[in-house]
Amino acid sequence: MGIISRGFRGRPRDEGVKLPPGQYLTHDFPVLSAGPTPRVRLDTWEFTIDTETGQTHRWTWRQLLDLPSETPTVDLHCVTKWSKLGTSWKGVSLDVLMEDVETTAEYALVYSYGGYTTNLPLQDLLDGQAWITYEYDGEELAPAHGGPARLLVPHLYLWKSAKWVRGIRLLNEDWPGFWETAGYHNYGDPWREQRYQGD
Amino acid sequence: MTASIEDAYQDGNALAGPLREIFAVDMTAAEGRCASCGLTGPLASLRVYGPEPGWVARCPGCEEVLLRLVRGPQAAWLDLRGIVNLRISLPAEAEAAGA
Amino acid sequence: MSAQRTAWRDARLVAARAETGAARTLVFKIPGWPGHLAGQHVDVRLTAEDGYSTQRSYSIASATDGDLVELTVQNVPDGEVSPYLVEVLEVGDEVEIRGPVGGWFVWRPSSERPVLLVGGGSGIVPLMAMIRARRQAAGRTPFRLVYSVREPGQRFYAGELRRHDPADAGLDVAYLYTRAVPDGWPRPAGRLTVADLNTHGWPADFEPDCYVCGPTGFVETAADILIALGHDPRRIRTERFGPTGG
Repeated sequence: MGIISRGFRGRPRDEGVKLPPGQYLTHDFPVLSAGPTPRVRLDTWEFTIDTETGQTHRWTWRQLLDLPSETPTVDLHCVTKWSKLGTSWKGVSLDVLMEDVETTAEYALVYSYGGYTTNLPLQDLLDGQAWITYEYDGEELAPAHGGPARLLVPHLYLWKSAKWVRGIRLLNEDWPGFWETAGYHNYGDPWREQRYQGD
Repeated sequence: MTASIEDAYQDGNALAGPLREIFAVDMTAAEGRCASCGLTGPLASLRVYGPEPGWVARCPGCEEVLLRLVRGPQAAWLDLRGIVNLRISLPAEAEAAGA
Repeated sequence: MSAQRTAWRDARLVAARAETGAARTLVFKIPGWPGHLAGQHVDVRLTAEDGYSTQRSYSIASATDGDLVELTVQNVPDGEVSPYLVEVLEVGDEVEIRGPVGGWFVWRPSSERPVLLVGGGSGIVPLMAMIRARRQAAGRTPFRLVYSVREPGQRFYAGELRRHDPADAGLDVAYLYTRAVPDGWPRPAGRLTVADLNTHGWPADFEPDCYVCGPTGFVETAADILIALGHDPRRIRTERFGPTGG
């Protein structure tokens, strides 16, 4: 740790809240980006799930909105050390989207408009752990936060919750994504502080 | 969040410090060729997003990712796969940085 | 040398002065400072008592002067670092600094080409380092500065640029105002145009080195204009001030 700069506090942080190790509480919603924000038109937007046998399941924007939705309230933990508690979302559970998908794949590669990818075990997307969200805090999801639709998988570091989500490829072998091939941890559990490869 | 902030980026000059940690010479003046579109220019001219979660430098011509740099507490990860090669000027007699 | 350059050094604030209502020049004493080239920058790291730490990059404003290094910091509203540096940091306080870094957006006093400096807002800072390095070296290379700011109160270094220091002979300064102009000012308020750089820059035939620094939109406009005026893109060096200057 370097010398302490007198009176420097950084952004306001609360104490006394149970957070994953090394995290600081924030009340705003920082935007981190690795490229330009994609502008996705709703009339051409689609979400697909491709299975390991080559079957494709496809939803248009209208079809997504017609599916039964949930309104999860969850805590977010970003690998850059901020956590934001009690965020409210609206979206479709991956359990609903996976209902008619036949697969024995163990891995999922999530891909986005704009080229971003991230990987995780398929079981981390199931059993009420993940959603394709399209509303945040009661309003349509802003492009800066991943709109029109974003994967939400809050039990892992937030880079796994791909913004501008376009589809999921189900795979028999793990395929590391954008940050997972650049030094970040393959799984990313905030409670085990799995930030970097080797953590 | 305004559009200008969402789409704002820095340029490759911002990579001078992070790359100087790794290389013995300044790399922002090194000329690179984009593996995707062939555009050639100094790293200083790239469109750079970051520093968090990592530095991502994109081609100003085609927006493809040319360089990624993640700095952990004990290691750095550097990905240059978007660049065909880098021409790094190495003057025969090292020029003193100070005046 | 590499190890020196990438080491964090303790930097103590020894003087500070306001440039505008929202910008402040900070003079740091950095033992072991190796000297720097005009246009180079440093990384500044701040650490809070609970261990939280963050860093930002700032251009150096001064010419090399022993172990003293000047930065001019614009307060970015809602920023995390700049409000601390502009409003909280006091003489005697310490931060950590590493550098100097950067080898592309630099001017060397040994260069004999005419120089055109085009600055937007706080993009003046590395350009001022070039003007000061020229003065320090008693350089005779002709310099022209085109400096675009919102309104007269937003100018950095106004007194120093007005003083007509004899060592600044051969430096021409032109101000452009984008929002409000002084009484009787001939040019109406507005953004940088082809006419501005045609009038106040160098003809492309002179083959000047052009340094453009400012916000992204400003830099791209200025670079496009210079190319349209016939300047060789290889002699146009740009530095964009990104969104994370806060």
